Amino acid sequence: MTDTISARLDEHLRAPDLFGSASGRIVTLAFMVILLCVPLAAHFLGIRLQLVSLDFITRILCLAIAAVSLNLILGFGGMISFGHAAYIGIGAYCVGIPAYHGYESGWLHFPLAIAASALFALVTGAISLRTKGVYFIMITMAFAQMGYYFFLSLDEYGGDDGLTIYSRSVLDIINIENKMVLFLLTYTCLVASIYAVYRIVNSRFGMVVRGCQSNETRMKALGYNTYAYKLTAYVIAGGMCGLAGALLGNFTTFISPDMMGWSRSGELMFMVILGGTGSLFGPVFGAVTFVFIEEVLSSFTTYWALPFGVLLVLSVLFIKGGLNGLIQRGWNRD
Amino acid sequence: MLDIQGLKKSFGGVVATDSVTLGVDAGELHAIIGPNGAGKTTLIAQLSGDLRPDAGHVVFNGRDITTVPTHRRSHFGLARSFQITSVFMGLSVIDNVALAVQAHDGHSFRFWQPATTQARLRKPALEVLEKVGLASRAGTIASAMSHGERRQLEIAMALATDPTFLLLDEPMAGMGAEESAAMVSILRSLKGEKTILLVEHDMDAVFALADRISVLVYGRIIATGKPEDIRKNADVRSAYLGEA
Repeated sequence: MTDTISARLDEHLRAPDLFGSASGRIVTLAFMVILLCVPLAAHFLGIRLQLVSLDFITRILCLAIAAVSLNLILGFGGMISFGHAAYIGIGAYCVGIPAYHGYESGWLHFPLAIAASALFALVTGAISLRTKGVYFIMITMAFAQMGYYFFLSLDEYGGDDGLTIYSRSVLDIINIENKMVLFLLTYTCLVASIYAVYRIVNSRFGMVVRGCQSNETRMKALGYNTYAYKLTAYVIAGGMCGLAGALLGNFTTFISPDMMGWSRSGELMFMVILGGTGSLFGPVFGAVTFVFIEEVLSSFTTYWALPFGVLLVLSVLFIKGGLNGLIQRGWNRD
Repeated sequence: MLDIQGLKKSFGGVVATDSVTLGVDAGELHAIIGPNGAGKTTLIAQLSGDLRPDAGHVVFNGRDITTVPTHRRSHFGLARSFQITSVFMGLSVIDNVALAVQAHDGHSFRFWQPATTQARLRKPALEVLEKVGLASRAGTIASAMSHGERRQLEIAMALATDPTFLLLDEPMAGMGAEESAAMVSILRSLKGEKTILLVEHDMDAVFALADRISVLVYGRIIATGKPEDIRKNADVRSAYLGEA
């Protein structure tokens, strides 16, 4: 009996693949390479097409980091947060406000953005996670709106007019005033975030969080203090999104409370769902597709939101598992 | 080992648990039977911590656990299975059981090393699966299993927390004759090793397995005794077994 167990044990000691299926590996890797190389090539060749410009892609990458962080709690933890854009705003203001006062060091901005966002997540999560279902959705949105109105009321920092950042964060080793450097930094942060989520969701902690999504009652019966684990995941996601906010603030060099309005949170949710909840690269596919379609449609018509909405509804109805599901299935239709 | 003292619970005007007093001795298999709506599930929920009683006490190994939250009770050695199958549908069978093992292997604030490659979680999980006859199905996703297999998985997960006391809520619910027989033999193999409180509808199984039986009717225990005494008890026959 022991022999059969040790023989069987080996086949059950495998770590999940970062890319999923074989077709998933090819498409995902190709996609990530294109995302890196095309804007660089366009930059060096002097191609002036908005859709492949460094600026445009950098903005997408920032949103992709935010979507990846949201996916950690929404896709793997089943926590449907409708207030995730709050951390983008907090992260951005953690760059803007110190810069306004003359503190321009990135070694201050980025840790501050992560810490402040994580703290906001800790406080609001501690309360929100006591609720379930639609109440959780509403309360996370309410907290985010509180953040929105907080920054709106700060006249010193521009209020609803926003705040211009005259100098990007100063990092001694790299100069992110150069937009290619900022692009590369953002791309690195995105890859690091995806890898971090990959490690986290497959760790002991991640298994607990996924168990809570699947069946929280059972998790409690097994002996897990589910609240503590969910709150920790919520804080990690908040901190990660704070980083996205700091990068976005540096990129736009102009920040306003609009960055954290509830419609922004909705867009992030949509990117995750469009790309495929609970998949590692899904949020990236979702963010890229979302912003691309938005950009293309809005160049044709001022009423772009209408066809956009229809497209989004159709994609949710007909693409099972989001774009990532499509990619993972590859050519094997079933 | 488990002492239930004057437990009361009502929902609005309905008294679901009415002064239940019951003792389960270490090592015995104690069954609770009762017609539908007798309050069996409500009683289980209070023992597991999902519901807080209005009055009375639950004492486990000399410790009053009446107000202890569910997840802490598990660490005292109390495990439960659910009447309605409650497994992690999207995870594989071995992942399900490994999560149960992990719950009792220190804290889970470990964020980096993959859990699925850790033999100290997977090996005990496989051993438990072997015990309930599911080892060959370890790689199957739980949602792809038959109802009977999921009931076995349900027991495996309770066992994997290495409990001293098992609270089993209708383990045979919805099973065919063959599956029930398999479950009876699993439970028989656990007898003596674990203390078991078994709530079950399947009379054949209960009379075959139980050391003692308590009969719950309208939230009250109307009789407790050995299977043969219960079979003879006139109150039980009229209240529950009918004319049979």
